[in-house]
This record gives sequence, C-alpha cells and structure tokens, in this order.
Amino acid sequence: MANSTTEKSKASAVTVSAMSVLAPAIGWFIPGAGHMIQKRWIRGVLLFISIVALFLLGLAMQGRIYKANGGDILDILGFVGDVGAGALYILTLAMDWGQGAIAFATADYGTKFLIVAGLLNFIAVADAYHIAIGKKQ
Amino acid sequence: MTIILNHFSAALVFSIFASIVFGITHKETTRDMVRYGLYCFGLFLGGVLLAGWAMWVLKR
Repeated sequence: MANSTTEKSKASAVTVSAMSVLAPAIGWFIPGAGHMIQKRWIRGVLLFISIVALFLLGLAMQGRIYKANGGDILDILGFVGDVGAGALYILTLAMDWGQGAIAFATADYGTKFLIVAGLLNFIAVADAYHIAIGKKQ
Repeated sequence: MTIILNHFSAALVFSIFASIVFGITHKETTRDMVRYGLYCFGLFLGGVLLAGWAMWVLKR
C-alpha cells in the first residue's frame, strides 16, 4: 500500500520535472509555446501574437538588434533583452535584419520594441514554468 | 518594409501588447487577467499622457 503511493508520487514528480524543463525551453524558443504544450491554448496564442507582433513591429520600425560581442554595458543589456525572443532573434541574426537606421526617428522606438519583446518573453517563460510545477493554474 | 509610427501610436501599441502579457502572466483567473490587463493599459497610457504634460510644463 505505502509502496504504491510512494511510487505514484515519484512518477508524478518525474512527470513534473520533464515538463518543468520542456515548457520553459520551448516557450523561450517560440513565444507562447510553453503555455500551448500545457494546453493553455488561449494564453499561449495571445502571448505568441503579442510578443511576435512587438518584435516584428520593432524590425519594421528599423530597430537595431544587439549581438553578443561585448562592448559597453548598454549593448550587453540590449543583447540580453533581444535574446529573450528566442527563434525570432536567431532568425533575425541569420537573415541579417535589425541593422538599425539612424535616418528614421522611430528607429529608436523599434530598438526598444525588440528589447521589450524579448523581456516579455522571459516573463512568459517564467509563467510557463510556474504552470509546469503546479504553482499556478 | 518600413513602418513609421508617431510617438503616441508607438506608445499605444506598446501598451496594448505589454498589458496583454502582464495580464496573462500575473493573474490566475480569466476575469482577473482581463481586469489586470486593463489596469496596466490604463497605467501605461496615463503615464504617457502625464509624462507628456510634465515635459510641456518643464519646457515652459
């Protein structure tokens, strides 16, 4: 009796651990996907739309993407924000987008949109993790 | 493709999407998520208007 209860709680602990790693990882890579794989479809779709829209608007406004090449502290912070967007960031680097354009006054807004999209995705990843560990419904 | 938004439009768009994410990630029930999202949106927009008027006063 006691053994089967212990085995069940060990099994559920293993299940929670796998999702607690997978959900944040996939949520970082694709915004909102960490929620979708845990069957929070509406939340996941809304997060996806919001974060991707902010990122794409940032690119369309000729914002600048930061790279991991050190430099001053603000460049490093910009990189940390940008990398939060996951696959969007990787795709942007691969396609050589996000060069920035000083000529456009709103390019500065675009740069901030790109950073904030990444930071919001970090928040979404944390939320997906909390759902995975049962801290949140 | 280049999109040029004016200052207020950029702030509005930012507020909408940030409020959606905040509402979803900070609350548990759907009702609380919607209420908190609207609250955040109001704070964002109110802050933008307040900051704008404050800058106008300073410029005077």
